[in-house]
Amino acid sequence: MIDLKQLHKSYYTEAISLHVLKGISLHIDSGEYVSVMGASGSGKSTLLNILGILDTYDSGEYYLDGTLMKNLSEKQAAHYRNEMIGFVFQSFNLIGFKNALENVALPLYYKNVSRKKRNIIAMELLDKMGLKEWAYHMPSELSGGQKQRVAIARAMISNPRIILADEPTGALDSQTTVEVMDVLTHLNKQGITTIIVTHEKSVADATNRIIHLKDGMIEYETRKENGVHNTYTYAAQNL
Amino acid sequence: MNDHLQEIFSTLKKNKLRTALTGLSVSWGIFILIVLLGAGNGLKNGVMSNFSSRAVNRISLWSGTTSIPYNGLKSGRNLHFMEKEVSTIHHEVTQSDLITARSDKSQTISYGSEYGTYQVRGVMPAYCEIEKLVIQQGDGRFINQLDINQTNKVIVLDQKIVEVLFKGKPALGQYVKVGQLMFKVIGINSKKEQWGGSNAYIPFSTSQVIFNPDKKFNQIMFTVNGLETKAANERFDESLRNLMGRSLSFDPQDKQALWVNNTQAEYIETMKIFGGITIFVSIIGIFTLIAGIVGVSNIMLVTVKERTREIGIRKAIGAPPSSILKSIILESIIITAIFGYVGLMLGIGVTELVNFLMEQAAAANASSDSMQMSVFKNPTVDIGYAVFATVVLIIAGVLAGYLPARKAVKVHPIEAMREE
Repeated sequence: MIDLKQLHKSYYTEAISLHVLKGISLHIDSGEYVSVMGASGSGKSTLLNILGILDTYDSGEYYLDGTLMKNLSEKQAAHYRNEMIGFVFQSFNLIGFKNALENVALPLYYKNVSRKKRNIIAMELLDKMGLKEWAYHMPSELSGGQKQRVAIARAMISNPRIILADEPTGALDSQTTVEVMDVLTHLNKQGITTIIVTHEKSVADATNRIIHLKDGMIEYETRKENGVHNTYTYAAQNL
Repeated sequence: MNDHLQEIFSTLKKNKLRTALTGLSVSWGIFILIVLLGAGNGLKNGVMSNFSSRAVNRISLWSGTTSIPYNGLKSGRNLHFMEKEVSTIHHEVTQSDLITARSDKSQTISYGSEYGTYQVRGVMPAYCEIEKLVIQQGDGRFINQLDINQTNKVIVLDQKIVEVLFKGKPALGQYVKVGQLMFKVIGINSKKEQWGGSNAYIPFSTSQVIFNPDKKFNQIMFTVNGLETKAANERFDESLRNLMGRSLSFDPQDKQALWVNNTQAEYIETMKIFGGITIFVSIIGIFTLIAGIVGVSNIMLVTVKERTREIGIRKAIGAPPSSILKSIILESIIITAIFGYVGLMLGIGVTELVNFLMEQAAAANASSDSMQMSVFKNPTVDIGYAVFATVVLIIAGVLAGYLPARKAVKVHPIEAMREE
């Protein structure tokens, strides 16, 4: 599903250059439930953005479903994002002047689905998220947990094969965190590859595979095998 | 398409006040353009209507007093036309078309116990067409060549004289007394004199016999064809002076000896001035409009800046660049088109209202004796301008929206979403 080979990424400013990802190699199978952990600045969000084709990389290779994601035009990138990937962000990123239903339905607008049809689909998703009564409320009227569930519904609406969540519980209290993680876990169980960037251990523990980043490199990863977490060093993985 | 428009309207509605203020600048631009064009047209129509109340290609000659000695003749001689000048012009001036001599005499005209003092003009049949007199169906006829040949004692009266003398009774075929002689009324002219006076017209030959025993008179009017430029008119005036100079023995350079009023030259000059006014007015209007477009473009730029985050989100969830470009440009076109049309309609409304009020005032004036000279008339713009303005508005919308849209397309989703 996802194959990264020696991925490098640097950010340049006038004064300094910042080598953020230093040769990441990673394979994620379809349907996996993965979290990426690491301290601030370890490169986890950059990695997620590259996986989500929101950002480019300098060298190495990124294959998504067997296709090399390199030198894509804006239009192609938009197409892959729309067809393959659903995003969930820490700050929800809902459009403030659209109600919950319209926010959820928006990705289908770009797939030229009629307003009527996309509203029906969006309503079904909101219903699944337990937010049917909140469909016509504006984001400002929703709680953090509700907003994030709206965002997840929006990520789901175009039937993506991958969900990329960047600190999805970062802005939520512990009770709501549990609720949101339940939703994501449920989605993963339906076969959607789910990758969550987090620095909360409780969140990472809900996933089956935890990738630990440090200074732009994979330090080690932990896999839940038969209910037990086993640790593998990155080197060991490649050996 | 409907869906896209709904999507765009939902963004425009988000900030109603700003959308309205942005649109206002375009409305104002179009409004000013239309009102200025209307005012320009009004001025033009007003002056044109003064021209068109007479033949525009009319030349009037008045004999004057010489101010330069000529050929052994002293200055200060009073000159007069004789009928030979009329035939000289008629035969030698190739450009001449209709021609009439004219001699005026102030006379008391009476019918029964009613009377009044009016100008009695001895004229030739062509006078009717040169001065564009109006003799309506059932109002008889103008003087014809037979009247001239037979020195008939017939008279054509202005409508107002008929009203004064006949008080609503039929006038045609009746006899009125002009001085000591009886004249048969053969026609009624319903064209009003711009300056309010009223005239009666009699055959030139009759006038000569009765009022000018010496056969002298001092005005000739004729129309000319084929003088399209100012230079051609100047050359023509000069050759006319030479011709008359030979005929009446005066120095062609002597401007006092012969007064030439060439309406054609005036007309050409006036048309030129109005061409200039139209260009001037258009430039002002178009610059006002450009200011409006720049305003829209500016505000669209601010809007894009403000909506960076939203645009980033849209891109992240799969909006292709073309869709972002299209939506910003369409927003711009919608603002300029809708508000432009409001301005257009207001502008047309104002010009039509002014026109309506002026027509009302003109109708009220028509029954009074006041001066009919107008400098402003029908200040409206035709449908061509509205079509032109529509095209301009759409182009303006595209222009105003293009730069901001390019900026929006370049928005980077990650950076955009980081913005608060």
